Amino acid sequence: MSEMATLGSLAGLYGELSLLAVGGGNTVLPEMKRQVVDVQGWMTGPEFAALYALAQASPGPNMLVSTLVGWRVAGLPGALVATLSLCAPSCLLTFFTASAWYRFRHAQWRRTIQRGLVPMTVGLLMAGAAVLCEATVVNWQNAAVTLVVAAALLFSRLNPLWLMAAAASLGLCGLL
Amino acid sequence: MDSEATEIHPPASRMALFLGFLWVGLCGFGGVLPWARRMVVEQRRWMSGPDFTDILALCQFLPGPNIINVSVALGSRFWGVGGALAAFTGLMAAPMVVVLLLGVIYERYAGVPAVQHLFIGLASAASGLVLGTSLKIAAPLRTSPIGIALAVVAFAAVAVFRLPLLPTLLVLAPASVLIAWRFPV
Repeated sequence: MSEMATLGSLAGLYGELSLLAVGGGNTVLPEMKRQVVDVQGWMTGPEFAALYALAQASPGPNMLVSTLVGWRVAGLPGALVATLSLCAPSCLLTFFTASAWYRFRHAQWRRTIQRGLVPMTVGLLMAGAAVLCEATVVNWQNAAVTLVVAAALLFSRLNPLWLMAAAASLGLCGLL
Repeated sequence: MDSEATEIHPPASRMALFLGFLWVGLCGFGGVLPWARRMVVEQRRWMSGPDFTDILALCQFLPGPNIINVSVALGSRFWGVGGALAAFTGLMAAPMVVVLLLGVIYERYAGVPAVQHLFIGLASAASGLVLGTSLKIAAPLRTSPIGIALAVVAFAAVAVFRLPLLPTLLVLAPASVLIAWRFPV
């Protein structure tokens, strides 16, 4: 029965995160880490960061970290429950608002709400980045890799996959 | 763009939607959105660039992973519920299999020092990608002191004081919308 309870917790957690993720998946990273690591104690901070890195290294939406967390906690059923719980509430909302959104595209209130939400999105995204960095940056070599990758993303059109590959090679050589 | 000015061919079937998004999911390393726009607007010409941007705006405004919402909104515009399901399943199927395979490999070899080192590198780079993407999205706020202040408050609440997200957003988001309404640009 405890397995069902675990699946229930996963569904509850990711269902809530789905509706909280205003401005994209990464805005709920701090909350996901808080719940998974601090509240539920399902894994350690570095483990969570490793799963996030795995999700980044694979193709597809980066919110696949939910698939991995679910899988780590409760196997294949956990992976499916976590992923679907993360997608279903927001997808339903999108489905039902898509046509209304199109109709009100010139309305003033729509633009005001959109503008008001931008600072929230930015603050939450930066918090997500800070929480991840806290888990992964343990020495100056790591910090340098993180900063170089961020700068490359900002100032070049390099495919991020090359950056991931380069960092993985540095790690493999024991330089990090 | 010349390629975007030519005629529009809406997806012929739910299967076409599924296959299109399956391809996008497989390509989408380090961010799916650029690939999705390329496929929808430039390659298969399902809709015009402005129409795609309009759908994207909705999906950034709604909660949930943006690109997943895009698949649902786009699929439903052409083929209703079936279209939304086809696009969503296409987008998620391949990446879920790939990420689980990587997870299995990681779990089996997690004790091997070389693998641990590899993942220290990957994790550092992943942090850099998230940091860089966040800064990109933050850039338009440069000209808005109020916006920056609100972003800093949200950041501090979540990253420094570790407040739970739901009550924090319930207080801050309406306040931020109210301020946007009181101070139109």
